[in-house]
Amino acid sequence: MSEFVYLYRGGQTNRSPEAVQQSMQKWMAWFKDLGDKGHIKNMGQPLERTGKVVKGKQKTVTDGPFAESKDVIGGYTLIEARDIDQAVELSKGCPIFEVEGAVEVRPVMKM
Amino acid sequence: MDPAEHLGEQLGEHLFRREHGRMVATLTRIFGVHNLALAEDVVQDAFCRALEVWKFRGMPENPSAWLMTTAKNRALDVLRRERTARTFAPELGRMLESEWTLAPAVAESFAPQAIKDDQLRMMFSCCHPRLPEEAQVALMLHILCGFSVSEVAAAFVSSHAAMEKRITRAKKALAGSKKLFDIADAADFAARLPAVHRAIYLLFNEGYHGASSESAVRAELCREAMRLAALLRAHPLAATPATFALSALMSLHAARLPARLDSSGDLRSLFDQDRSRWDANLVAEGQKLLDLSASGPELTEYHVEAAIAWAHAAAPRAEETDWGMIVSLYDRLMTIRPSPVVGLNRAIAIAQREGPARGLEEIRDIANAERLAGYPFYHAALGEFEFRAGRADAAREHFRAALALARNPMEKRFLEHRVAACSPALTAH
Repeated sequence: MSEFVYLYRGGQTNRSPEAVQQSMQKWMAWFKDLGDKGHIKNMGQPLERTGKVVKGKQKTVTDGPFAESKDVIGGYTLIEARDIDQAVELSKGCPIFEVEGAVEVRPVMKM
Repeated sequence: MDPAEHLGEQLGEHLFRREHGRMVATLTRIFGVHNLALAEDVVQDAFCRALEVWKFRGMPENPSAWLMTTAKNRALDVLRRERTARTFAPELGRMLESEWTLAPAVAESFAPQAIKDDQLRMMFSCCHPRLPEEAQVALMLHILCGFSVSEVAAAFVSSHAAMEKRITRAKKALAGSKKLFDIADAADFAARLPAVHRAIYLLFNEGYHGASSESAVRAELCREAMRLAALLRAHPLAATPATFALSALMSLHAARLPARLDSSGDLRSLFDQDRSRWDANLVAEGQKLLDLSASGPELTEYHVEAAIAWAHAAAPRAEETDWGMIVSLYDRLMTIRPSPVVGLNRAIAIAQREGPARGLEEIRDIANAERLAGYPFYHAALGEFEFRAGRADAAREHFRAALALARNPMEKRFLEHRVAACSPALTAH
């Protein structure tokens, strides 16, 4: 088994509470399914949509990324899968695709 | 079962809807009524944030408490961030100026009793005399019951745009009033209470008789009206005989909801409902509430309507209905709150007691009967009386007129059956 990180990018944020509730239920169901099949190493966390960016030798601090930008990372999960093909296949059940978001599947580097 | 569906059940279909009223009412109290829009934004934001976290960490044991805490923390953030840029509730004024008093003052505002009072304050504020009745009802449904604009529009069979306009205008009026209604002033309270009763009554009626074709939506309106009345009963100043009578009337009517549609989804009139399907708990509850309403000299229209509903509930079979009593109660209602609809119901009761000819006579005597012209059951009643008097052709014309006015598929099917019953081909069988 190898480890992968799902990075959840983008997705509409301005939705009605009913839509958000429905979406949450779908996410929970998806996570439960992944968990039941033994693919979740760590559920991960949701992230605030904005914060600070520290950059350069000067360590300049700026606000960002901006919540409005389309591919902000909204959370991550640590996944266990046979290989990247399976990790990709499993990611296809993610409800984020219904709201124009993306899942970035990144293998955890192995030594 | 689909796991998402299962979670939906655990969560309740409309968690947000359920919590929205409590949260907005409390935040509006803290922020001041002029910041109503801010309170709504903060509530929506708190809800969406909470769900974002639950997505990953699972649902907490007590989602309501969690949401309230999130709302409280968001409120503190807003108060700290904007205390120089905005003015908040004047009553809280000084408390908000210092960090020493801010947190305790906000915590106190989120105590269970305070939250209950806030909902009452909001309910009374929504029934501002400057607002037309239908705007009051829409506002209560939107703010206190958490119905979205499109849900309110669906409930009242109005267009989204028209409802949005109505609600926006009403909110503006509410936000423009200097402060929330003061529920501590006993005289003001007593003066506004009838308007609140009326709004709850209209909300219930919209659910019970309304035009929405979704029976689930309509049952929900009835439930919300009953919930708001229960909030009134829990407050010493609001637990008046009229409040109990209104509550009794709603319980007794709601008891009949399960029997209004038969197993094939067809509308059943009161006369041929399967009475064993009436909700016995609600009937008992209604009777208890009716007893509680019988104190003091005040006899309101709600007392009389509850008594009529009770007379129906007390009859195990339609044939055992005490029509004499019901007619005299309608006579009474005509003196308290005369209206063509009351007149129509009175005529129907008289026809039950004295035959269709008398019913037709009474219908002809209704004052302002032209106001009933658009009401399908006015024509249906005429059809029914003609039918019973043996004039099938005349009856069919009336039922056709009623059918043309039917407001939803159930009414339509019901009236189609009545039209069919008048046709000679069928009666010959």
